[in-house]
Amino acid sequence: MKPEINTEQCETCPMHNSANLLKLGLDMQDWDYVVALAGNPNTGKSTVFNALTGLRQHTGNWPGKTVSRAEGGFDYGEKRYKLVDLPGTYSLLATSLDEEIARDFILFGQPDVTIVVVDATRLERNLNLVLQVLEITDRVVVCLNLMDEAKRHGLLVDERRLARDLGVPVVPTSARSREGLDLLVQTIADVSTGKTICKPRRFQNEPPELRKAINILVEQLNQLFPGLPNARWVALRLLDGDQTLTDAIQNGELADLVPEISQSPAYSSDLKLEASS
Amino acid sequence: MKAIQNDASREILATAQALRWEVSEDFHEKLMEALYTHANEIADRAVTRPGEKPRFDLDRAIDRIVTSRRWGFLVMILLFTMIFWITISLANVPSRLISELLIGTIYPMLNNAANSIGMPWWLSGLLIDGIYLATAWVVSVMLPPMAIFFPLFTLLEDFGYLPRVAFNLDNVFKKAGAHGKQSLSMMMGFGCNAAGMISTRIIDSPRERLIAMLTNNFALCNGRWPTQILIATIFFGALAPAYLAGFVSALAVVGITLLGVLLTFVVSWFLTRSVLKGEVSSFSLELPPYRPPRILQTIYTSLIDRTIYVLWRAVVFAAPAGAVIWLVANITISGQSLAEYIINFLNPFGILIGLNGVILLAYVIAIPANEIVIPTVLMLTVLMAGLNTTGAGAGVMFETDLESTKAILVAGGWTLLTAVNLMLFSLIHNPCSTTLYTMYKETGSRKWTALAALLPLAMGFAITFLVAQVWRLVATIV
Repeated sequence: MKPEINTEQCETCPMHNSANLLKLGLDMQDWDYVVALAGNPNTGKSTVFNALTGLRQHTGNWPGKTVSRAEGGFDYGEKRYKLVDLPGTYSLLATSLDEEIARDFILFGQPDVTIVVVDATRLERNLNLVLQVLEITDRVVVCLNLMDEAKRHGLLVDERRLARDLGVPVVPTSARSREGLDLLVQTIADVSTGKTICKPRRFQNEPPELRKAINILVEQLNQLFPGLPNARWVALRLLDGDQTLTDAIQNGELADLVPEISQSPAYSSDLKLEASS
Repeated sequence: MKAIQNDASREILATAQALRWEVSEDFHEKLMEALYTHANEIADRAVTRPGEKPRFDLDRAIDRIVTSRRWGFLVMILLFTMIFWITISLANVPSRLISELLIGTIYPMLNNAANSIGMPWWLSGLLIDGIYLATAWVVSVMLPPMAIFFPLFTLLEDFGYLPRVAFNLDNVFKKAGAHGKQSLSMMMGFGCNAAGMISTRIIDSPRERLIAMLTNNFALCNGRWPTQILIATIFFGALAPAYLAGFVSALAVVGITLLGVLLTFVVSWFLTRSVLKGEVSSFSLELPPYRPPRILQTIYTSLIDRTIYVLWRAVVFAAPAGAVIWLVANITISGQSLAEYIINFLNPFGILIGLNGVILLAYVIAIPANEIVIPTVLMLTVLMAGLNTTGAGAGVMFETDLESTKAILVAGGWTLLTAVNLMLFSLIHNPCSTTLYTMYKETGSRKWTALAALLPLAMGFAITFLVAQVWRLVATIV
C-alpha cells in the first residue's frame, strides 16, 4: 500500500512556488500584475530582469545601456507578472528622455509594484532614487543588489534597519549568482497581492513658506482628485512648473490615477511590515 | 460635471502659478539638498564600514593606469590591437574549413543534384550559383571572425573597460563642442550604428544629440569589421614577413578605427561651428567598479545575441543580393550583361577615386546591409575578369580561401591603392538603410536624415579621390 501524499499543502508553501518559477520570456499574454524595474545605472538591473524573465537581454556595464523600456514576463504562484525594465537613472527629475520614460511609467503606468534595484556598495547615492520613487508610489520593493561585492569590500548592510527607515520591503540579493532572487519574487508577489502593505516614510523638512504652499495645493488636489496617492509630490512638481503634470491635470490623465473605491480589494493584511508601526 | 472638473483644474494650476512667486527661487535646490542629506542619514544607519584603514584598492590601481593622461590612450590602442590580432590570426583556419565544406563539398553536390533532376540552367543558376553561393560566402567569411571578435569585445565591455574609454575620450569630445556622453553612443556604434542611434537618447540636449547621430557612422559597425579585417589581412599582411603578417593587419584595422574616431571629432567640431552652434552641457560619468567577467556566459550571449543575429541579418540580405547579382550578370542585352553595362558606366568615376566600377555597384547593392559588400565585390569581379571556366552562367565564384580570394581581386585589377581606398570608403560612406531609418524615426526629420546619409558619402568620395591623386602622383615620381 502506498502512503498517500497530500499535495494540497504544497500549493500554498512558498518553497514550492519559488521552485516553480516559470520564466515566460517575451510571452506576456494576459498578465495579472505589472512590475516596474527601476534603479541607478550599473546596479545589475538588467541582470535581475534577465534572471526573472529568462530573457537574455545583453547586460552592459555602463550608464545608458537600457534607454528604452524592455518588457518580459514570469509566472509565479499561478499569477502572471509583466516585468518592465526602465532606463537606469540617477533621479526622476525628468531632465532627460530616459528619466522621463522612467518617471512617466512609474506615474502613469501605475505598476502594481516598482522594484528599485540599488547597489549595496553605493547605498547613499542609490537611495536618492529610492526616495524619489517613494514620493510617487507606495508599492515599492527595494532590491539590495551586489551584496557579494559589498561583502568583498567589507561592508555590512543592515537590510532590516533600511526597511524600517524606508517603510518598504528590502531584499538583499546577488543577482549575478542568483542569490536572494527567490525571496525577491516572493516579496513582489506579496506586495502585488496586497499581502504586504507598504507604508513609505516620506520626509517632510521643507522650509516653512514652501510647506504652506504645498499644503494649499495638496488640499485643492485632494478635493479634485480624492485619494490621489501622491498629492504632495504632484504639488511640488506643479510649483516647479512641470509641463507633463500641468498637461496631465488639464487633460484628465491625473484623474485616472485616483483609485476607485470599488477596486480596492479586501486585503488579508496578515503580514504587516515592521515599519507600519 | 466635466466643466466643473475643468474649472477646478484650471484653478489648481492658477494657484500653483501664484504660489510659485511666494516660495523662494532656490527651493528646488534646497529640496534636493534635503533629499541627499536624508539619503545619507539612512545609508549611514544601515551600513557599517570596516574599521580598518583603507586597503589596497585594485580598482583604483587599474584606473590610475587606464585613465591616466599619459598611458590611457596607449593602453587603449594596445588592447584593441590585441583583440584584432587574436581575431585575425585565429579566424583563418575555421574560415577555410567552412568554405571547404560549403563550397568545396556541398556546392558540387547541389549542382549534380540539379543536373540529375534536369533543372533548367537558369533556375539552378539563380538558386545555386546566385543565392546559395552568396549565402555560403557570407557564412564562411563572416562567421569565424565574428565568433572570435564579439566575445572578446563583450568581455572587455563586461569587465568595465568601455566606460574608461568613454572617460578618456570625454575631454576631446568637449573640446570638439560635443557632449561627453557621445563617447558612449560611439561605443555602441562600434557594435551597430542603428543601436548607436538609439543610444544617443542618453544625451539631453537636442543639438548635441544630433551631432552624436550625424557622426555615429564613423564608428565601424559589425557589418564593416569583416570587410576591414579581410582586406587588411589580404593586402597589408602580405607586405610584412609571415610572422608579422597578423600583427601588421591588426595595426591597419586599428589605424582605420582610430581614423574613424578622429573623423568623429573633426566632424563634430565642424558641425558645432556651422549648422549646430551652441553651448556644451556638462554631465557626470560614473566609472563603475571592475567586475570579473563571467566568461562562459559572455561567450554564450555574445554568440547568440550578436554573432548569430548579425550573421542572420547578413544571410537574409545576402540571399536576395545573390539573386540580384546573378540576374544582372546573366541578363544580356545585345551580347553584354547588365552588370557589365553598369560597371563600365561606373568604372571611370570608380577609377578616379582609386576604386572601380565593381566596388561602386557593390555599395549600391549593399545599401540595405554593409555585410554583403565583399561577397558582391568578389562575385562581380569574377564575372568581369572572366575567371569562371565552369558552372552555369556568369557571376559564379568558387574557391574562397585567402590566397584565391587575393588571386581573384588581383586579376580584377586590384592594387594596394584599391585596398586602402576600399578600407577608407568602407569607413566613410552612407550608413546602411536600417541606421538611416532608425535616425528618421528618432528625429522625425528628413533633413537631418538626408544630411546623415550625404555628408559621409561626400566625404568618402572626397577623401578617396585625394588619396588616389596623391598616391598616383607619388607613384609617378618614384
